[in-house]
Amino acid sequence: MTVMAVETEGLEVRLGRHVALEGIGFRLPENGFLAILGPNGAGKSTLIKVLLGLQTPHAGSVRVFGHPAGRGPTREVGYIPQIKTLDRQFPALPLELVVSGIRGSWPWRIRREEREQAMEALTIAGMDRKLGTPLGQLSGGELQRVYLARSFVRRPRLLLLDEPATGMDALGEADMYRLLEGYRSHHKATIIMITHDWDVARHHSSHVLLLNRRQIGFGEAQEVLVGEALRQAYGHVGHAHPMTVQDSSRD
Amino acid sequence: MIEMLQSGFMQRAFLAGVMVAYLAGFFGVFVVQRGLSFLGNGLAHAAFGGVALGILLDREPLWIAVPFTVAVSLGIVWLTERTRLGADTSIGIFFAVSMALGIIFLSQTERFTTDAFAYLFGSILAVRWSDIYAAGALVLLSVAVWRWWGHWAYATFDRELAQSDHVPCLRGDYLLAVSIAVTIVVSMKLVGITLIAAFLVIPAATARLLAVTFRAMTVISICIGVASVLLGLVFSWEYDLPSGPCVILTQAAVFTLAFAWKSLRSG
Repeated sequence: MTVMAVETEGLEVRLGRHVALEGIGFRLPENGFLAILGPNGAGKSTLIKVLLGLQTPHAGSVRVFGHPAGRGPTREVGYIPQIKTLDRQFPALPLELVVSGIRGSWPWRIRREEREQAMEALTIAGMDRKLGTPLGQLSGGELQRVYLARSFVRRPRLLLLDEPATGMDALGEADMYRLLEGYRSHHKATIIMITHDWDVARHHSSHVLLLNRRQIGFGEAQEVLVGEALRQAYGHVGHAHPMTVQDSSRD
Repeated sequence: MIEMLQSGFMQRAFLAGVMVAYLAGFFGVFVVQRGLSFLGNGLAHAAFGGVALGILLDREPLWIAVPFTVAVSLGIVWLTERTRLGADTSIGIFFAVSMALGIIFLSQTERFTTDAFAYLFGSILAVRWSDIYAAGALVLLSVAVWRWWGHWAYATFDRELAQSDHVPCLRGDYLLAVSIAVTIVVSMKLVGITLIAAFLVIPAATARLLAVTFRAMTVISICIGVASVLLGLVFSWEYDLPSGPCVILTQAAVFTLAFAWKSLRSG
C-alpha cells in the first residue's frame, strides 16, 4: 500500500472574516514532489503554515504521515522559509543556523557531534568554505544552501519550501534543484514547494497543486497546467504565450 | 578612591550596579534585536506610575512598582497578541495611561519632589539593601531561565522557524516582557526612569557592532554594561553628579569608540 505523506480533505482556512483557503483536498504519496502554483494572495504560504501546524484550519482535515499537522515528530518535517524574510541584522554564522536545525533551539555552545553533523550537511550543500561569513553577508543562493543544509541535517521525511528560487541566478537555481532531487531520491523524501515557475513544476515535480484560494487542480503537471485551469487561477494570461505544458514543449 | 570604596552607600551602589548592568546587558540583546526599545521606554513610564502609587500610599515604591510594571508588561503582550494593533500602539496606550495615573498619584501627595527626582534621574544615595536583594533575586531568576536564551534567540532570528520546531514563542514573549519589566524596576534607582530605555539598549547596540554571533553579542553586551556602570558610578562620586546620566554618558562614549573602531576597520 502506498504511504501518503500528506492527505487533506475539505480544508478551509479563515483569517478573521477573510476566507484564505477553501475546498482543498488532495493526497500526496510519499516520495512525491509537489509544486504549489497560484497567483499572489492565492493562499500558498497559508497552506504551508497549515501543513506545519502553525495555522489551524477552520474546517476539514490535514494529516502529515498519518498525524494531524504539527502533531507528528518535529524532525519529520523540514521547513525552508522565504529567504527575503531573513533578518540580516541578526548576528549568526552558517554553522549556528544548521545546528539550530539539529537542536530546535539557538545554540550557545556547539557540541562536537553537532559540529560534525552540521559540517557534513554544509559540505553536501557546498557551503563548507563559507563557515566564517556572517549570514547577513551571504548571497541569496548561498543562504539558500545553508538553509538546505539545515534541513538535510535533520533527515526529514517531508521538506517544505516557500519560493526557494527567489533571488537566485539560473546556475544557483539549477544547483539547488540538483541538491533537492539528490536528497529526495537518496532518502525517499517528499518535497512540497511553492513556486511561480511553471517550467520548474513541469521538470521537477511529480504533482502540481493549482490554487487561487480554492483548489483549481491537483495531479500531474500535464493534466493540471492547461488553459482553462490556468485561466481560472490567473485570470486572463495573454494570447501570445503558450498556455499548456504540451503547447510549451511543442514550441 | 579608598574613601569611595569604604563608603557604605557607594558599596551598595556598586553591588546593585553590577547586578542591574548584568541584567540589562543580558535582556538588552533581545530588546535591540527585536526592535523593542520603545517597550523599554513604555515599561519605564509604567514603573513611574508604580513608584508614584508607592509614594502616595507611603510604602516602599519598589514593592508597588514591581507588580504594577509586570502587570503592564503582560497587558502589552496580551493586547498585541489579541488585536491587530502593532506592539508600538499597545505600548503607547499603556505608556500614557501609566504616566497619567502616576501624575495623578503624585498630585495627591505633598512629599513627592525629592523622592520622585531620585527615581526620575537616578541617585547613588537612594540605593537600599532592599534594592540589592531585589536585583540579586532577579539575577538568580535570570540564571534559572538561562535555557530560555536559546528559545528567545531562535524566535528572534525567525519566529516561524522556531514555531515550526514547537518552541513556545508566546510563552517566551510573556516571560521576556516580565523579565524586562522587573529589570527596569530594579534599575530605576541607579539609572533613573527617564534613562532606563537607553541603559538597556546602548550596551547591546555596541555589542551588535562588534559581534558576529548572538552568543558573542550577549557576552560583550553584559561586559560593556558592567564596565560602564562601574565607571559611571565613579564619575558620579567624583564630580557629585546624578548617577543615571553618568552611566548613560559612559555607555555612549563606549558606543562611540566601538563605532569609530568599526568604521576605521571597514573603511
